[in-house]
Amino acid sequence: MSEPILQVRDLVKHFPVTRGVVFRRTIGHVRAVDGVSLDLHPGETLGVVGESGCGKSTLAQVLMRLTPPTSGTATFEGQDLFAKRGADLTAWRRDMQIVLQDPYTSLNPRKTVGDVVGEPFDIHPEVAPKGDRRRRVQELLEVVGLNPEHIRRYPHQFSGGQRQRIGIARALALRPKVIVCDEPVSALDVSIQAQVLNLLSDLQREFGLAYLFIAHDLGVVRHLCDRVAVMYLGSIVETGTAEEIYTRASHPYTQALLSSVPVPDPSLRGRREAIRLEGDVPSPADPPSGCRFRTRCPKAAPVCAEDPPALEVRDGTDHPAACHFAAPPHLVRAD
Amino acid sequence: MTVAASHLLEVEDLHVEFGQGRDTASVLNGVGYHVDEGETLAVLGESGSGKSVTAQTVMGILDTPPGRITGGSVRFRGEELLGADPERRRMLRGESMAMIFQDALSALNPVYSVGFQIAEQFRFRRGMSRKDAMARAAEMLDLVRIPNAKQRVREYPHQFSGGMRQRAMIAMSLALDPELLIADEPTTALDVTVQAQIMELLDELRRERGMGLILITHDLGVVAEVADRIAVMYAGRIVEHTDAATLYAHPGHPYTRGLMDSVPRVDDVAGAALRPIPGLPPSLSAIPPGCPFHPRCAHAEDVCAAEVPLLRELGGDHQAACHFAERFVAEDPDRPTTHEVVSR
Ligand SMILES: Nc1ncnc2c1ncn2[C@@H]1O[C@H](COP(=O)(O)OP(=O)(O)OP(=O)(O)O)[C@@H](O)[C@H]1O
Ligand SMILES: Nc1ncnc2c1ncn2[C@@H]1O[C@H](COP(=O)(O)OP(=O)(O)O)[C@@H](O)[C@H]1O
Ligand code: SF4
Ligand code: SF4
Ligand SMILES: [Mg+2]
Ligand SMILES: [Mg+2]
Repeated sequence: MSEPILQVRDLVKHFPVTRGVVFRRTIGHVRAVDGVSLDLHPGETLGVVGESGCGKSTLAQVLMRLTPPTSGTATFEGQDLFAKRGADLTAWRRDMQIVLQDPYTSLNPRKTVGDVVGEPFDIHPEVAPKGDRRRRVQELLEVVGLNPEHIRRYPHQFSGGQRQRIGIARALALRPKVIVCDEPVSALDVSIQAQVLNLLSDLQREFGLAYLFIAHDLGVVRHLCDRVAVMYLGSIVETGTAEEIYTRASHPYTQALLSSVPVPDPSLRGRREAIRLEGDVPSPADPPSGCRFRTRCPKAAPVCAEDPPALEVRDGTDHPAACHFAAPPHLVRAD
Repeated sequence: MTVAASHLLEVEDLHVEFGQGRDTASVLNGVGYHVDEGETLAVLGESGSGKSVTAQTVMGILDTPPGRITGGSVRFRGEELLGADPERRRMLRGESMAMIFQDALSALNPVYSVGFQIAEQFRFRRGMSRKDAMARAAEMLDLVRIPNAKQRVREYPHQFSGGMRQRAMIAMSLALDPELLIADEPTTALDVTVQAQIMELLDELRRERGMGLILITHDLGVVAEVADRIAVMYAGRIVEHTDAATLYAHPGHPYTRGLMDSVPRVDDVAGAALRPIPGLPPSLSAIPPGCPFHPRCAHAEDVCAAEVPLLRELGGDHQAACHFAERFVAEDPDRPTTHEVVSR
C-alpha cells in the first residue's frame, strides 16, 4: 500500500468545562476526542461514523488546524502538521480543504458565488493569476454541475443541494490532495443527496482526491467509503475495510448501530437481527471507566469496567476492534 | 349497495395556499388520505412537499393567515372538521387526536417541569388535583419507559436527553388517550440507536391502544419497517398510495421509483450505483403544468406537460398519479431505470 498522506496518532482534544463569571474555574473537561489514530492514503475515502457528539467534527477541526490539539501528533506527507507555521502553513492549506454540513450557513450571504468560489485565489494568487480568475471560477462551477452563467448570483438564490455544490467548488479551487467532508449531505433530501454523493465520487476519480468523510448515516458511508472508522465517545472502537465493517462487524456497538439502521425493504421486516441499545450516549465530560461503551453494552462483563480494551485484532476476527470480547456478528445474541 | 362505514380520519381533496397574487404558493393541491383504528399510515415525501401543512390542517393548528384553506374536507369519524366550531376542535385536540413534532425541545416549555406539563392536561381536562395529576404524569413517563419516572417527573426539559424529550412528548400526547396520533418526523433529530427505540415504542403503543397512527417522514427505511399503508407526496399532491409491500416491490410512479433508487442502503453491495432524480422539486408558486414531476421525469411524453395525471386505480388498493402507471407497475423492479440520464 502507498504511504499514508495523512497519519494521525493518539490525538486528544479536551475542552475545559468552566464555572463562574468573575472567577472562572475549570471544573472538568469534555473529552471530545480522546486518543484517535488513523491513516488516510492518497486517493481513498476513509469514513468516520458515530452518533451525535462522539467527536467527529472536533476531529475535523483539529486536523484542519482550526483549533489546537490537547496532545497527539499528525503528519501530512510525512511532515508534522501541528508544527507548520507561516509560509509552510499557508502552502499546506492548499493541499487540505474542508466541506461543511450546513449549506445554509456555511456560505457568506453577502458574497456572490463567484466571490465565494474564487476566494481561495486571494490567499493563493499563484494558483490563478488575476486575469484568469473568472474563467477558473466558471470552470469550477461547471465541474460541480452548476451553471457558469450564475457566477454573479448570491447563495440564497440556490437550493440546498446547489449550495453544497458551491461549497465543494470552493474546496476544489486550489486542487487539494485531501478534502475533509463533515456531514456534507446530511441536510439534503434523499434525491438531492444522491446527486451530491455521485458528484463526490466522480470528482475523486477525476482528481485523485482523498476524502476523510464524516457522517452519521451508515448507508451513505457504505456507499462512498473504502475504509471505515467507528467512533464512540471520542475514541475509535472499530476500524476496517467497508466490507469488514458492514459484513463482519465485531464490536457490539458497531453491530448495534448496523442493526438499528432501517432498511428500505418491507420484505425484510422482522427478519433482520435487532440489537436494541438501552438509554443514550453518556456525557463525554464524565465517560464511564474501562470500556466507554459498557453502560449500554449487551455483552458487558465485570472486566469491562476495569480495563479499557485496546483497539486490536483478536482471535476469530480479521480487523481491529476495541472490545475484550470482539467476535463476528452471529456469535452475539439478538436480545 | 351498503353505505361504507366512515374512516377514523378521512382527508379529501385538500387545498391550501400561502401568499398573495403572483407570489401565491399552492402548497396543497388536492391531498387525500385516510387512516383507520390500529393502523399506521406513513406519509412519505421530501421537504416542502406539504406533509406538515396537511397534518396542521387536520389538527386545526394551521396559521390562517398566512395560510388559506381553499377547499376540501377533513372528517373525523364522519364529522366534518373544516369550518367546525373552534371550541369543538379544541375539545377534539388531545382527547381524540394528538400530534408530536420533530423538535421536542422547542415543543416543550423550558420553564416548567416535564411532569407539570403533562399533569396540566389531567388537571384542566380531567379536573384532577395537582397531586393526583402529578402521579398520573409519572405513570405516563413510566409508560414511555423513562427510567426512574417518579423522580424524573420533576425535572426540566433541558435535563432530558433528546431521546427522553421525545418520549416525554409522546407521553404528553397520549395523556388523554387519543384515538389518532400524528407523528411529524418524530425521530429525524435523533441518532439511529435512539430512533430505533422510539419507533418501537410508538409501534407498541399503537398496537396496545388500537390507535390510528399517521407517521410523517422522509426516511424510506423507517417507512419500510412500520407502515401498513404509504402515501407518497410530491408538490402538494399524493402521487402514489398503496400497502408497504406493494409500494417497494411495484412502484407505479416514477417519482417513487426515483426515491428508492436514490437511497444508499447499509445492505447494498460495495460499489452499487445510486441513481438520483435529476433536477429539483418545483417552486410551489410556479408548479409546472401537466404532471408536476415532468421536468425531472425520464419517462415524460408530450401528454405529461399538457394534462395533469389523476390518481389511477392499479388494482388491489393501489393508486398512482402517472399517465403510464400501469406500465411501470408491470415492470421488473430490479431492472435499472433510465434515471442515469442525469444532468450533473
Ligand atoms: N468548543 C467546545 N467547547 C466545549 N465542548 C465542545 C466544544 N466543541 C465540541 N464540544 C463537545 O465535544 C463533543 C464532541 O463534539 P463534536 O461536535 O465533535 O461531535 P460530532 O461527533 O461532530 O457530533 P454531531 O454528529 O452532532 O455533529 C460534544 O460533547 C460537544 O458538546
Ligand atoms: N407559515 C407558512 N408561511 C408560508 N409558507 C409556508 C408556511 N408553512 C409552510 N409553508 C410552505 O408550505 C410548503 C409545504 O411545507 P411543509 O408542509 O412544512 O412541508 P414538509 O413536507 O416538509 O412538511 C413549503 O413550501 C413551505 O415553505
Ligand atoms: S469491552 Fe465489554 S463493555 Fe466494551 S464493548 Fe466489549 S463487551 Fe462491551
Ligand atoms: S405522468 Fe409523465 S411525467 Fe408524470 S410521472 Fe408519469 S411519465 Fe413521468
Ligand atoms: Mg458534527
Ligand atoms: Mg415538515
